[in-house]
Amino acid sequence: MKNILDLTAMELGRRIKKREIGVAEAARASLAQMEALEPTLNCYVTINEKLVLKQAEKVQSRIDSGELDSPLAGVPAAVKDNLCLEGLPTTCSSRILENFVPTYTAEAVQRLLDAGMVVLGKTNMDEFAMGSTTETSAFGVTRNPWNPDHVPGGSSGGSCAAVAAGECFYALGSDTGGSIRQPSSLCGVTGIKPTYGTVSRYGLIAYGSSLDQIGPVGRNVEDCAAVLEMIASYDKKDSTSVSRKDCDFTRALVDDVRGMKIGIPRDYFGEGLDDEVRAAVLKAAEVLRDKGALVEEFDLSLVEYAIPAYYVIASAEASSNLSRFDGVKYGFRAKEYEGLHSMYKRSRSQGFGPEVKRRIMLGSFVLSSGYYDAYYLKALRTKALIKKAFDKAFERYDVILGPTAPSTAPKLGESLKDPLKMYLGDIYTISVNLAGLPGMSVPCGRDRKGLPIGLQLIGDCFKEKNILRAGYAFECSRSYEMPKMAQESAAGRMTDNVTEKGGGAGI
Amino acid sequence: MSRQYETVIGLEVHVELATKTKIFCGCSTEFGGAPNTHTCPVCTGMPGSLPVLNRQVVEYALAVGLATNCNIHQYCKFDRKNYFYPDNPQNYQISQLYLPICHDGWVEIETETGKKKIHIHEIHMEEDAGKLVHDEWEDCSLVDYNRSGVPLIEIVSEPDMRSADEVIAYLEKLRLIIQYLGASDCKLQEGSMRADVNLSVRPAGSKELGTRTEMKNLNSFKAIARAVEGEKNRQIELLEDGKRVIQETRRWDDNKESSHAMRSKEDAQDYRYFPDPDLVPVVIDDEWIARVKARQPELRTEKLERYQREYQLPLYDAEILTGSKHLADLFEETVALCGKPKEVSNWLMTDAMRLLKEHEKELEELSFSPANLAKLIRMVDGNVINRTVAKGVFEAIFAEDRDPEQYVDEKGLRVVSDEGALKEVIEEILQKNPQSVEDYKAGKQKAMGFVVGQTMRAMKGKADPAVVNKLVRELLSR
Repeated sequence: MKNILDLTAMELGRRIKKREIGVAEAARASLAQMEALEPTLNCYVTINEKLVLKQAEKVQSRIDSGELDSPLAGVPAAVKDNLCLEGLPTTCSSRILENFVPTYTAEAVQRLLDAGMVVLGKTNMDEFAMGSTTETSAFGVTRNPWNPDHVPGGSSGGSCAAVAAGECFYALGSDTGGSIRQPSSLCGVTGIKPTYGTVSRYGLIAYGSSLDQIGPVGRNVEDCAAVLEMIASYDKKDSTSVSRKDCDFTRALVDDVRGMKIGIPRDYFGEGLDDEVRAAVLKAAEVLRDKGALVEEFDLSLVEYAIPAYYVIASAEASSNLSRFDGVKYGFRAKEYEGLHSMYKRSRSQGFGPEVKRRIMLGSFVLSSGYYDAYYLKALRTKALIKKAFDKAFERYDVILGPTAPSTAPKLGESLKDPLKMYLGDIYTISVNLAGLPGMSVPCGRDRKGLPIGLQLIGDCFKEKNILRAGYAFECSRSYEMPKMAQESAAGRMTDNVTEKGGGAGI
Repeated sequence: MSRQYETVIGLEVHVELATKTKIFCGCSTEFGGAPNTHTCPVCTGMPGSLPVLNRQVVEYALAVGLATNCNIHQYCKFDRKNYFYPDNPQNYQISQLYLPICHDGWVEIETETGKKKIHIHEIHMEEDAGKLVHDEWEDCSLVDYNRSGVPLIEIVSEPDMRSADEVIAYLEKLRLIIQYLGASDCKLQEGSMRADVNLSVRPAGSKELGTRTEMKNLNSFKAIARAVEGEKNRQIELLEDGKRVIQETRRWDDNKESSHAMRSKEDAQDYRYFPDPDLVPVVIDDEWIARVKARQPELRTEKLERYQREYQLPLYDAEILTGSKHLADLFEETVALCGKPKEVSNWLMTDAMRLLKEHEKELEELSFSPANLAKLIRMVDGNVINRTVAKGVFEAIFAEDRDPEQYVDEKGLRVVSDEGALKEVIEEILQKNPQSVEDYKAGKQKAMGFVVGQTMRAMKGKADPAVVNKLVRELLSR
């Protein structure tokens, strides 16, 4: 006997394909877990309650008719609330889009729907993906399933917490400066930010357009690779989309890293790194060394410039990207105003939260005449230099290994008091976005408080397969852990248990 | 004593390109249509939508740039111009600031004072905005995004013009080039060509530029000419009164023939331009330029030369015919059907022009088909009708595009050259006018002309004049 919720997305997909588990049955198991844990965790902004079972039925009949062949057909999943989904509110966890219902579906989401995804709902996030804790959401904080007094990280905190808590089998997130990898690390799940251009951004509500990428969050590397394989595609609706022929990511999943060259940047292990995180990450490197990888330390350089460059570029783009939210066409409009400018000012003042306003102001400032060269252009040059530093490193290494975040999940309320400190928490993830590289966070242990620690694997552009192979090999050395809260909740509903049928695959 | 002043004028000309779809999405650019029917998530600024560049826009901008002797930025980019206004759904306009597609070109104009080069600073591509409709009754404003995302090029001249004449000559030159290229219909009234006038005055001989103003809302050549005169005089008056010209944007009211200030430089916005991260740089290789050049239709100067060489037309004819793309097309299509270029030219330049004037119509409104004019010319040539009758037939072609053969048959206008029938008519006339016969015999040649004229009148112009001449001479000489 094994609970449906103990299955990975791929395992569930296989069982559904063999008709051992019905799509509706899987969806009901997720909904029950959501019902039990949402009052505590608040992973979702919108739950697709009414439609989930209808959708499940439809997917089931498409599977039964042989129309659907995808390995993840029928698997219930969650979508970050900055990805448009026709007919469902898409809010970016912002008051200003509270009532916004898109008329179209994001390309990445559509590809999964075509492959038989059952959408459970839209997950909570930092407002417009600006933040590292999911506390800037206008619709309440999301709590960490490992300890509800702690944040789940962010901005894809809702997606990562939902996967960790068994409130969905996989989720989509977006990553501009670490927004998939950091909350994955803090929630003990796996998340990938692909090479810039791999997944179409069409339908992703932009934060920093030149840095944003959509990526998967899952319980393990296999689930992430499978989801990424489905969402990666050239899309003529996104001019920055890249045509790739090597998107068969699941083929990279072999437990063999013999001869793989792994570099550990000394710069990533300096001041500010928590001792327990350091120890866990270095231990992970040892595991890979024991499996035959060549592991050595090196100096990456320029790490300290990544954060200022990032905040200039991302804020500049955001200040322009977010100007369309003005109360004219959709979303929130202030109730009282006199004339056009007063409507703009009041709608935006009341509609945006403080962190979003801070970044809009910062971005508007660095683009202002007289400051453009000193800030924006300089940041672009820094970005180019950081890319060069990585290019040099990838001449010698297949994979760069380090921590995802300097510490485990902070307590609720601790981070927003000191935004500068919060910004520094992105130090290991941000340069990956600036250089357009693929990066992945894989769980590699827990600290004394029981909070998860993440290992970050960074690859050269278009070399997702290298980090997938390293991550998979590392993962084979350990087993997946589910937070106690999620286990207990699932175990409390034994009626939902699945009895293994004859010939069913062993788990 | 009033000093002498020199007027310095530069133009910013916006031209709506003739693409079928918008610059960054697949929506139709067609004029008209119910509000917000030619729209999609991209051109209404929906969250998450992304722009994708229409290649045809680059082709047209390139073609105009090459035809105006511009250099091409073979690596060019789009930038965002940030400002809040409801007709602009994203609250930024995608335009080109740092690397516009074309730069440093020129065109030559000719006015009464002679030939002159007007330099072009740059040509850049950008998107048009939507249209705001203010409902006075409901006290609200509505937005129509049908025009949002329609492709434009902005042609920015250097401050090289000195008079309204030069401004009009420059605009006519641009319009002709762009129409010839098929890149736009350049209709000022419909807004597919719009010009903003930057104007300043300075004491004659001065090298320094005066403070300039920018004049908007000019939607005809006449309005532009009036606005240039009006603004020049306003500025000179200010200076004469010892006042300063304020750098500002002014709006021309053509009904009042005066302008008023819209916004001053102090209110000028900081547009916070930066490269649009949603679009990739446009790379224009030599091959692309060569392809556009090869496809470049013949421009006016080349046509002018060819008309004289190939069709043996006098310069005067060639200039008038090539002065309008529409007229030139009509001419060439007709010649292709019936040959006789001089004949075709004569019909267009005399009869067509006269009728246009009589009906107060524009050249562009000539709407008959080349096939009908060609038929008419062949009928005259084949002596099916004579020239006098032909003029009347042409009027029917001009007004209703009638088929001349049908028309002539319907009205019974064919030439009569049957000698028997004509002899009868002539005999009758001679009987009625015995004096003429005597005069002729007495050696008065005039008398013959009289008889021929009478015969033609009796035949209502349909008689073949050669036959009539021959018969009259025979019968008088009996």
